Amino acid sequence: MKLDGKVPAGGLSEKWTQYRGTMNLVAPNNKRRIEVIVVGSGLAGASAAATLGELGYNVKCFTFHDSPRRAHSIAAQGGINAAKNYQNDGDSVYRLFYDTIKGGDYRSREANVHRLAEVSRNIIDQAVAQGVPFAREYGGLLANRSFGGVQVSRTFYARGQTGQQLLIGAYQSLSRQISMGNVTMYNRHEMLDVVKVDGKARGIITRNLVTGEIERHAAHAVVLGTGGYGNVFYLSTNAMNSNVTAAWRATKRGALMANPCFTQIHPTCIPVSGEYQSKLTLMSESLRNDGRVWVPAKKEDVMAIREGRLKPTDIAEEDRDYYLERRYPAFGNLVPRDVASRAAKVACDEGHGVNATGLAVYLDFASAIMRYGKSEAHSKGMVSPSDAEILELGEKVVEAKYGNLFEMYAKITGENPYKTPMMIFPAVHYTMGGLWVDYNLETNIPGLFAVGEANFSDHGANRLGASALMQGLADGYFVLPYTIGQFLSGEIRTPKIDDQLPEFEAAEKAVKERLAQFMNIKGKQSVESFHRRLGKIMWEYCGMSRSEEGLTKARKMIQDLRAEFYSDVFVPGDLNEYNPELEKAARVADFLELGELMIVDALDRNESCGGHFREEYRTPEGEAMRNDKDYTYVSAWEWTDVTKDPVLHKEELKFDNVELKTRSYK
Amino acid sequence: MKLNLKVWRQKGAATGGKFETYTVEANEHMSFLEMLDVLNEQLIAEQKEPVSFEHDCREGICGTCSMVINGHPHGPMKGTTTCQLHMRHFNDGETITIEPFRSNSFPVIKDLVVDRSSFDRIIQSGGYISVNTGQAQDGNAIPIEKDLASEAFDAATCIGCGACVAACPNASAMLFTSAKISHLNMMPQGEVEASQRVLNMVNQMDVEGFGACSNVTACEAECPKEISVKNIARVNREYFAASLASEKTSSK
Repeated sequence: MKLDGKVPAGGLSEKWTQYRGTMNLVAPNNKRRIEVIVVGSGLAGASAAATLGELGYNVKCFTFHDSPRRAHSIAAQGGINAAKNYQNDGDSVYRLFYDTIKGGDYRSREANVHRLAEVSRNIIDQAVAQGVPFAREYGGLLANRSFGGVQVSRTFYARGQTGQQLLIGAYQSLSRQISMGNVTMYNRHEMLDVVKVDGKARGIITRNLVTGEIERHAAHAVVLGTGGYGNVFYLSTNAMNSNVTAAWRATKRGALMANPCFTQIHPTCIPVSGEYQSKLTLMSESLRNDGRVWVPAKKEDVMAIREGRLKPTDIAEEDRDYYLERRYPAFGNLVPRDVASRAAKVACDEGHGVNATGLAVYLDFASAIMRYGKSEAHSKGMVSPSDAEILELGEKVVEAKYGNLFEMYAKITGENPYKTPMMIFPAVHYTMGGLWVDYNLETNIPGLFAVGEANFSDHGANRLGASALMQGLADGYFVLPYTIGQFLSGEIRTPKIDDQLPEFEAAEKAVKERLAQFMNIKGKQSVESFHRRLGKIMWEYCGMSRSEEGLTKARKMIQDLRAEFYSDVFVPGDLNEYNPELEKAARVADFLELGELMIVDALDRNESCGGHFREEYRTPEGEAMRNDKDYTYVSAWEWTDVTKDPVLHKEELKFDNVELKTRSYK
Repeated sequence: MKLNLKVWRQKGAATGGKFETYTVEANEHMSFLEMLDVLNEQLIAEQKEPVSFEHDCREGICGTCSMVINGHPHGPMKGTTTCQLHMRHFNDGETITIEPFRSNSFPVIKDLVVDRSSFDRIIQSGGYISVNTGQAQDGNAIPIEKDLASEAFDAATCIGCGACVAACPNASAMLFTSAKISHLNMMPQGEVEASQRVLNMVNQMDVEGFGACSNVTACEAECPKEISVKNIARVNREYFAASLASEKTSSK
């Protein structure tokens, strides 16, 4: 299969403008007749559905949640990047493009990333117009902060709830289109298959999660905005119900899955507390603006802390190892996520971890609190304020900036992070990999599009902070509504798609048989227990560090686990009722296949880049060693039959505008 | 710690329900939902049907988790969703009663799961600013005073969980509705449609069968995001002003 990224001609900064100005359009009278299915109602899905509705298409939007407002985009904390240069600190579209390409370790498509940087500015305008209450300065203008991997301040934020506010904005626009009748919303409907007619995506099969009814939905095109697959690791910062099923069902129908092994491990999450743990909670990267990461330098202090004989505040300044500041003086605590996570792993592997399991480091706000306190005291004209006064003032400033995050930490751990440093550890957070798409965000199946985290397109091997919200909304508001016209303009003579076609019947039958199969196994082990075991294998062998030996072993382990699942899983309840265990069973079955593909992908990529760190490929200082000569390509995997090996298709990446350099944050 | 659970079990909307009693072994670091996970694993091991409850982000922001714990929506801790409630706040040997959010406008789907789509319809009736993609001016074109933006934000932090309805003896949705109206009406962008918005949304709230507000303020006390009843006062004022000043009546 020859993969064509369909990148338009022209200079990098003109491509999108020129292309947009010359692409095919669909006339308003034709839009009214054309139906589009959007699966997912997070930032990408909701913004796409709303915008397509505004344009006049007939849209059907699906979510497995009880309301489109619940999608996991809502949990994004820190912010959204945009090249506005409101801070006058040298930011530009090119710089955002460059930071994103470099941050992704040169494994993403130049033209897509540049387009992302261009439209980033429109997103902020759009969100403000919707009433998103971004943080503001005293003059009433929008405030910014810094995020990892960059040296400008371009992140817009709404306290630590930016995702919530942006999603509510998109949800409101979607609700308006629903009320106007342009979008029909299907809550509590899970997509379980894509239907292809004459090679084109023409509909989906869904399960009504309340009644269990299997339904057919036909349309001229299908858009998947179904998020990432981080839950393959069981423990992740993703919501409990986030899953790969929509994207995986598309893969089974011939769509290619690109760079599946590129997983983002976020450095600042609350550590695991026990075997019963169901999910991990992120502490926003924005905290690294003010928090300093450290571990005790001396092993005897580490032991004393683990045994409770010493508190972190007892450790003298000179006995602390602020390892990020030491190893990466240019970026310090604001190195990108992959670098920060690996550094934490190194510190813990060397025996400096600070909790009972040895898998935690400190994130300390004491010096920021004192710094802000002094500044506040000064601005209040206080003469020689006491330390206690400074501390009080400083805590107020930190509370205003990060209050909800500190509160969240306190609720979960029972500790007060104003008084004692937070304990943090890396956790799975985001998946850069996803369905392969071309410049139009169209998969290799004509008429099947993927937006947001569900596609692979913009983040390469590592995503920079505050870029997921940007990409989701860029795709949904400003890219797909244009590019889908390239496909739909060729469909204006296609009548309404008939859901009684044999292809729909066959797909419906296959879905019903698959669900019945899960019910009929009647084994002894719960779905959850299989998911946990899969997660452990993935984290151990395909997590922060990977090796050929480990991956090879893990592939076999997953195959065995999958076989065991199909012979011994127990799904209670019935097919035709509200049955969360059945929903989970279908999702975990897909994770059991995706996990193997991730391992195959990680084995193929004999280099270390971004979130993919192969132990065999590292510099003497332990940094990742990329291999641009052999691996400057996108791995797009075809895998419709799991009894055979996945087939690799390569899209070579061309860099005409940036020089491939060793990514250094030293 | 050993706990006795009295859990509401109900097969579906049409059938009645009743309490069932279970014992479960938990530990104090678990979240409340992780404790229920343990119960469900126990039930599945006995080949029994697990307790259905809704949950998703498990970090207090998506608004999916619900349930009334010992008489309090989201349990006894102030400003805390069920998913953020940890077992360290309960005692060994305690009996915990768990019920769904109860309101005619939130019909039970199964066990602790209720249908809250009435909230979506309230938003659809006017909880938005009418701006199409691409119509926006520059983000800094309209300065908004920091404190005003912050107050609008406080209202906007509502997670749409429905605890306010469950807490209210009238099952009123005034806190939810007023938080959304306040968020949008306070911002200059939302001003243009302010009076129509308040009329339409309050009207839709009535259509959905939610009760009237009689200033009990249990909603604020139980709200996991501590949304203030000031929003209700603001919306009452705006509603009267809009009804008196406008020739237009509600569109629905």
